[in-house]
Amino acid sequence: MPTIKLTRPKLDAGEKIYFGALIKGFFLTMKHAVKSLRGKSYGAEGLASSGLGVTMQFPEQRWDSHMPEYYRGAPTLVTDEQGRERCVSCQLCEFICPPKAIKITPSEIPSDDKWAKVEKRPLEFDIDMIRCIYCGMCEEVCPEQAIYLRKDYLITGTTRQAMVHDKKKLYEIGGVRVGLVNKWNELK
Amino acid sequence: MSDSPTATAEAKLPKDIAAEKGMVNVQIDGVWHQFPKGTRMIEACRAVKKDVPYYCYHPKLSVPGNCRMCMVQMGMPPRPAPGQEPTRDENGYEPIGWMPRPAISCANTVAENMGIRTTGELVEKCREGVMEFLLINHPLDCPICDQAGECRLQEQSVGFGRGVSRFVDMKVKKPKNVDIGPRIRLDDERCIMCSRCIRFMDEVAGDPVLGFTQRGTHTTLTVHPGRLLDHNYSLNTADICPVGALTSNDFRFQMRVWFLKETPSIDVNCGTGCNITIHTRGNTIHRITPRQNNEVNSNWMPDSHRLNFHYIDGETRLAEPLIKENGTHRAATWPEALTNTAAALAKYAPSEIAIIASARMTNEELFLIRALAGKLGTAALAVVPRKGENDGLLIAADRNPNTTGAKLILSSEDPSAPLASIREGVRSGTVKALLVFGEDLTTEAGFTADDLAKPEFIASIQLLAGPTANASHVVLPGAAFAEKRGSMVNLSGRLQRLNRAIEPPAQARDDWEILRDLAGGTQNLIEEVFKDIASTVTEFNGLTLSKIGHQGTVITETGYEIPLLKNEGVRKAAGIING
Amino acid sequence: MDLLIDLAIIITKIVAFTFLIVLPLVPLSVYFERRFSAIIQDRVGPNRVGIPLTLLGFKKDFHLFGLIQPIADGLKLFLKEDFTPEHVRKAFYWLAPALTVVPALITVCVVPFGPDVTLFGRTEKLVIADIDVGPLFVFAISSLTVYGITLAGWSSNSKFPFIGGVRSTAQMISYEICLGLSIIPVLLYFGTLNLNQIVQHQADNGWLLLPLWTDGKLSLPGLQTALFWIPAFIAFLIFTISIFAETNRMPFDLPECETELVGGYHTEYSSMKFAMFFMGEYAAMVIGSALIITLFLGGWSAGFGLDAAIANFSIGDFQIGGFIHMGIFLTKLLAFILFFILVRWTVPRFRYDQLMKLGWVIFFEAALINVFLAALIIAAPELTATIIATGAILLIAVTAAVIWVAKISEPPAKILRA
Repeated sequence: MPTIKLTRPKLDAGEKIYFGALIKGFFLTMKHAVKSLRGKSYGAEGLASSGLGVTMQFPEQRWDSHMPEYYRGAPTLVTDEQGRERCVSCQLCEFICPPKAIKITPSEIPSDDKWAKVEKRPLEFDIDMIRCIYCGMCEEVCPEQAIYLRKDYLITGTTRQAMVHDKKKLYEIGGVRVGLVNKWNELK
Repeated sequence: MSDSPTATAEAKLPKDIAAEKGMVNVQIDGVWHQFPKGTRMIEACRAVKKDVPYYCYHPKLSVPGNCRMCMVQMGMPPRPAPGQEPTRDENGYEPIGWMPRPAISCANTVAENMGIRTTGELVEKCREGVMEFLLINHPLDCPICDQAGECRLQEQSVGFGRGVSRFVDMKVKKPKNVDIGPRIRLDDERCIMCSRCIRFMDEVAGDPVLGFTQRGTHTTLTVHPGRLLDHNYSLNTADICPVGALTSNDFRFQMRVWFLKETPSIDVNCGTGCNITIHTRGNTIHRITPRQNNEVNSNWMPDSHRLNFHYIDGETRLAEPLIKENGTHRAATWPEALTNTAAALAKYAPSEIAIIASARMTNEELFLIRALAGKLGTAALAVVPRKGENDGLLIAADRNPNTTGAKLILSSEDPSAPLASIREGVRSGTVKALLVFGEDLTTEAGFTADDLAKPEFIASIQLLAGPTANASHVVLPGAAFAEKRGSMVNLSGRLQRLNRAIEPPAQARDDWEILRDLAGGTQNLIEEVFKDIASTVTEFNGLTLSKIGHQGTVITETGYEIPLLKNEGVRKAAGIING
Repeated sequence: MDLLIDLAIIITKIVAFTFLIVLPLVPLSVYFERRFSAIIQDRVGPNRVGIPLTLLGFKKDFHLFGLIQPIADGLKLFLKEDFTPEHVRKAFYWLAPALTVVPALITVCVVPFGPDVTLFGRTEKLVIADIDVGPLFVFAISSLTVYGITLAGWSSNSKFPFIGGVRSTAQMISYEICLGLSIIPVLLYFGTLNLNQIVQHQADNGWLLLPLWTDGKLSLPGLQTALFWIPAFIAFLIFTISIFAETNRMPFDLPECETELVGGYHTEYSSMKFAMFFMGEYAAMVIGSALIITLFLGGWSAGFGLDAAIANFSIGDFQIGGFIHMGIFLTKLLAFILFFILVRWTVPRFRYDQLMKLGWVIFFEAALINVFLAALIIAAPELTATIIATGAILLIAVTAAVIWVAKISEPPAKILRA
């Protein structure tokens, strides 16, 4: 084990008595207290709080209009303009998901389907929102741009089962996403 | 191999020293090695841990040299002018004159004083070019493709490719999702024309139904018109396919390979005992693939055996002990079922009890059955014979995986011999209590449902619901081959090991534990049972379960030869394959 | 008959002071603790729990600034599973929480909440027991609290509570010495141990720390009183800081220091038993504050010569000025509790060796010297100048010697492993 010699800082007499720092501390805490009581907490405007502290009073005040572009809410599945499932159930999201919230059962698209070229789609796609930590790794890893984190953050349920988003629910929240995906192109 | 030439004899040249041993000196990436004459360059590089990428090469197949991925830079000493002595360095090696163009390492053999470079600008440029060509028409549908995760094209694209495509034209369109056989699906767009599957069907399976049609970029893998790829070894083509062109219908879109846990084990469908890898996720088996063992199954296994695992989590699987009361079964606890059995057996004289075991059971289980028979005092102990047809490749005529083991453990030349007398005893009523372990008697054993109604008491270890389970007064649910540890001896006398890949369902228990409780044994671990075998049966002396190893250990000579290995030996001797 | 009335009055006083004033102060100070710390840290704090009028069909809840929060907390703790771990020593484990709350509440009986009040022709003191050994009684009883904590730590049969208990024992015993020594100058000055008389004296002659009036009239203090302010202030500092240590409050809350000891001595406790430790701590804080106010800050006295007027305030026959004084006392008490809270959220926790050094090397000596300094000042009028000078020189020499010994006994800087 390496040994490092640490020298204690030299304190002068005033610092040794300690009362100076103590009183300075009292001034600091009191300054914050007075500012808070006057409704002028530091950084209160930025968060649109009441000024008594920087906390936003949640049910009355909502963050929605302040939500940044990069906000990561509930993960969802998206369809394209023609209502096709983008997901091909490659299960990369299931693999990468740190809390193992995603569970996919893959299935084959029947050959008489219009989009049978893609061959594969999820039969079931469950995301357990109790487990989900909103890390966005599923979105990052998805090779088909099928899974996106939307801005929904009020995910509540009264049972564990209600907190599991199934495929239908995921497409319902996710909606339609426009963008170039080549896999349906017969020439690509 | 790396004997220092100067250490043995100073006067001699390295080539002479090597030649005495039938070797040649080869310089690989600047280091001199010795290899036997006739070694392929790619094998030489692999032997010294120099990675050479390849697609079409397979050590068990002939070498077409058509993928061009294994190119290395090669050099030979320059030919001296007439009368001139070749120059040599202080170690006696001649200088290497490097060739300006690369050579494929799979189709060339090593030669004296040869030089090989597996790295360097030339080699790397070549690999990058080959990769780019291979990927030009490849659909890049990795998210859909089942091969993703174990795909050579993916791995080598990362390792040696350029990362981005420069190709702007339209890719060549070929048939996708082609139904070429009952168990195999073909995607021609993904095919890189390595021809491994064609060669396998031709050389190993002996049913050359696959071939290429068209030319150039339009080359298409196809099955012979009017034929199907329905050979019993067809799934091996999916194993050796380096890309996702050939995939198994059974495994298709079931699970991504990166989730699968691999457990080495052995096949229990015939006496050959093919070495297998069981791929599981959670408590589900998703597929079984052959595991290389050059003394048993080489790299292959039959389709019928590898697909025979779905019954394990089937609907008829028994998951809790059952006791028959008033003609119907009810669920019971283990202690209840076991004491019930012991109490029932105590009522009968030893001569009224018969045991029918199975040569599908492990040595440990058979050993405990022997102990149980000793405890009950009965001599009526038989295994059920199971005969089929030898397919001339890997499937043996004896469909029991552990007949040899049963012979050794039960110390009998034909452990199935007493079966007929037991059958007669049941029919005549002299056998009043019957213990059935791991067999459904209405199939190979030749019992009828009426016969099974005759004994006063039947206890059986069963995997699946069936006539025997129905007739049993106590049903003890056992474990399937993928759920237990143990050992078996194959027809050629090789002791091999089963490993537990998944847990038995619900209340089902490992068979050896049930038998131990019935026999009143005190072993806590299966290793202890094996230790008892090792001290009792001569052939097992000095062995432990872990000493068997993943490749098995020969413990007895039976003279049985596996036909496929015979064929392979012939081709190896002819220099067609490397082995 | 008189006996019965006396008994009734005593019981009324006990119920009123202990259960209607001090005990409610405990949840109140918890509420203040949470709100005040929140405000200091730019947060909001509990502001929601109130009367859920919306449940009754009204449009808005009556949130009462979250004042109901302590009740909700109490209710929660009361309804929680009272879990007793398998490995504890049951009897002591159950006894320990009671031993921390009860002493704190017993000491209430000598705290003077106000001067006399006259109701229905009877004059009663606003103190449960007007005994002549007030401070000694407080020390005697409150030092029993240490048993509660030690027993809690030991009976939990678990390492972290045990370390917490041991720390607490050492800490409380160490600081009780400073506590006792530091008020000797005060008692010398007042010449009495009766807390009510001490407060009365301060009401008449100026608070110990604010001697700005004599005999009920505003005036500058005499030389002796002015000089005595110095030992009085030193005593005040030592006493206040020692009270912090005695009540296990920040910055001396090492017995329950979360970063080192999980939860300290009450790690294994849950539900109401945990709540009793919690209450004990806050009750001790209330009593400590009351004692500091009584001894140094004039107790119920309003000061500035107003006390006599307030004391004589009466409506008809009822001389109820005492209740006004009680209000003044409670105001001071609340202010001091707020000071306690402010300290907690300002000053970081001490290291254990620093705590012990502060107690034994600094406060103990300082209090001791302070006693002699105070004695010298009080006795000065009766002594000759030579003796005073000799005494002063001796005192300075002893002080210097103590400082020198403290300095040389300090271990040299150690090599720390990083």
